[in-house]
Amino acid sequence: MKILVAVKRVADANVKVRAKADGSAADLANVKMAINPFCEIAVEEAVRLKEKGVATEVVVVSMGDKACQEQIRTALALGADRGIHVETDVDLQPLAIAKMLKAIVDKESSELIILGKQSIDGDNNQTGQMLAALAGIPQGTFASEVVIEDGKAAVTREIDGGLQTISLSLPAVVTTDLRLNEPRYASLPNIMKAKRKPLDVVSPADLGVDPAPGVTTLKVEAPAERQAGIIVESVEELVDKLKNEAKVI
Amino acid sequence: MSILVIAEHDNSSLKVATLNTIAAAKAIGGDIVVLVAGANCAGAGEAAAKADGVSKVLVADNAAYEHQLAENVSLLISEIGKDYTHILSPSTSNGKNILPRVAALLDVEQISDIMSVESEDTFKRPIYAGNVIATVQSTDSIKVITVRGTAFDPVASEGGSASVESLDVVKDAGISSFVKEEIAKSERPELTAAKVIISGGRGMQNGENFKLLEVVADKLGAAVGASRAAVDAGFVPNDMQVGQTGKIVAPDLYVAVGISGAIQHLAGMKDSKVIVAINKDEDAPIFQVADYGLVADLFDALPELDSKL
Ligand SMILES: Cc1cc2nc3c(=O)[nH]c(=O)nc-3n(C[C@H](O)[C@H](O)[C@H](O)COP(=O)(O)OP(=O)(O)OC[C@H]3O[C@@H](n4cnc5c(N)ncnc54)[C@H](O)[C@@H]3O)c2cc1C
Ligand SMILES: Nc1ncnc2c1ncn2[C@@H]1O[C@H](COP(=O)(O)O)[C@@H](O)[C@H]1O
Repeated sequence: MKILVAVKRVADANVKVRAKADGSAADLANVKMAINPFCEIAVEEAVRLKEKGVATEVVVVSMGDKACQEQIRTALALGADRGIHVETDVDLQPLAIAKMLKAIVDKESSELIILGKQSIDGDNNQTGQMLAALAGIPQGTFASEVVIEDGKAAVTREIDGGLQTISLSLPAVVTTDLRLNEPRYASLPNIMKAKRKPLDVVSPADLGVDPAPGVTTLKVEAPAERQAGIIVESVEELVDKLKNEAKVI
Repeated sequence: MSILVIAEHDNSSLKVATLNTIAAAKAIGGDIVVLVAGANCAGAGEAAAKADGVSKVLVADNAAYEHQLAENVSLLISEIGKDYTHILSPSTSNGKNILPRVAALLDVEQISDIMSVESEDTFKRPIYAGNVIATVQSTDSIKVITVRGTAFDPVASEGGSASVESLDVVKDAGISSFVKEEIAKSERPELTAAKVIISGGRGMQNGENFKLLEVVADKLGAAVGASRAAVDAGFVPNDMQVGQTGKIVAPDLYVAVGISGAIQHLAGMKDSKVIVAINKDEDAPIFQVADYGLVADLFDALPELDSKL
């Protein structure tokens, strides 16, 4: 079974990103960039399936400007076999990304496509579902467990009330939730090895997709800030404030 | 304008998230139709007909929709949705699962998790865990949107008298099936609907200690939440997670106990009306958003809180 994993380059999860003063975009100057945490979990899951002998090859794809190759190399160091970089400077949105992924899935005959459930910059939570729709295949979103057996994928999903397990025919799309696995660290020898793994560069046009965005960002701004509160000295004072000042209990 | 609202329900009754979403539809303006797709879901359909502002309820009652499998429900919505200018769903796990599929089938983008309606095609939504708010405009012919419940006060659940129409469109993609569900049962209010929430973090040390929170929660009629660290450590189940990638809540009172206040946790609760933090580390970032902070050991503070309430 061939697995395709989509990884996104995003601002590191520990950085508090702010809007630029002119309101044009988020300010990413000098911000540490990283592989989207959910995508890292996707890579780990694919590599484990390969280690278990379920998968034969793990291909990782990232879309965006040249810098994404850094995240593809990270994924290769974690154990993916080869990379595809879709190079473009266009501000990509989920529908265009899903269309390009669909083109790659067709070409690669991928049987399992693993994505993160959400990119932590755009917070869209869309791309995997869109890809599955375009390809006409089932989806196991927000996965906390994936079992491949008898030509099917049993996916346990984190839903609002608890957990749900569904059975999907293959090929299928899976999107990862945080508890699916704990990604490994890349070892130095693996980082060195990753440098020699194949990495193809293609353009949106090669994939037959016009990546123009359908949604325009008019402006960005900071959220309403909270007023700084007070420190109370005792539980008694806290209860008094909640009853008589805030009147919430 | 004509707006199709996808109901969140458990077949017999309507979830409040549907009422928040109808409120967002009202803010856009136009004729509001609610779709209830499920199995033996007449109860939810009747409830939707009573909601304020709804002109018609469509009920698609079929076994294929029983478990809200995205493969089936998205085919239904994308077929009937073609006749509308907007398709709205709550950003619940069902909404997030199904709606992007609908958007792709209609060849349009989806706008996720809107927190305000600026005009019929322009909306505000949080990005970067809510640290940046984007105003976005869609040029698509059909606007497919998920709605952040906490940002819209629910419409009244009674008083409306919409017509109810049953749909016999059956869409079964036949590529996925339901196996099982483990739904956490609790006597306490649901997190996203609770007026008071008391949440515990890694500082709680273990699941057993969550009892200290529960006794206080019961006195306050509160729901119990958790940080991801507490969920990851196995103290409590995943459906209790509050945050960027968990549940977004905005109760009247949010009490964070033994939670440091990471960006991702704040993203899920910082729109609460009143925030209380109990933490033994006076430098914990949670105090920067707390209206009332108590620097204390939670194992002293919680029993004392229990006795003083
Ligand atoms: C992609 C991604 C998504 C994430 N999504 C979420 C999310 O949705 N929700 C979420 O919560 N997190 C999320 N996280 C995790 C987040 O970054 C933090 O790791 C997490 O919120 C920390 O949880 P915590 O505050 O309970 O633990 P810690 O940061 O370890 O804090 C524990 C706190 O307890 C205090 N404490 C300890 N003992 C006591 C005591 N006896 N009395 C009083 N105080 C005590 C300590 O002073 C400390 O402040 C996400 C992370 C990533 C990378
Ligand atoms: N530019 C990109 N390149 C590769 N994969 C992406 C890109 N954007 C999104 N994805 C994938 O889609 C997932 C969900 O992203 P989103 O729908 O933006 O929240 C991510 O975790 C990635 O797996």
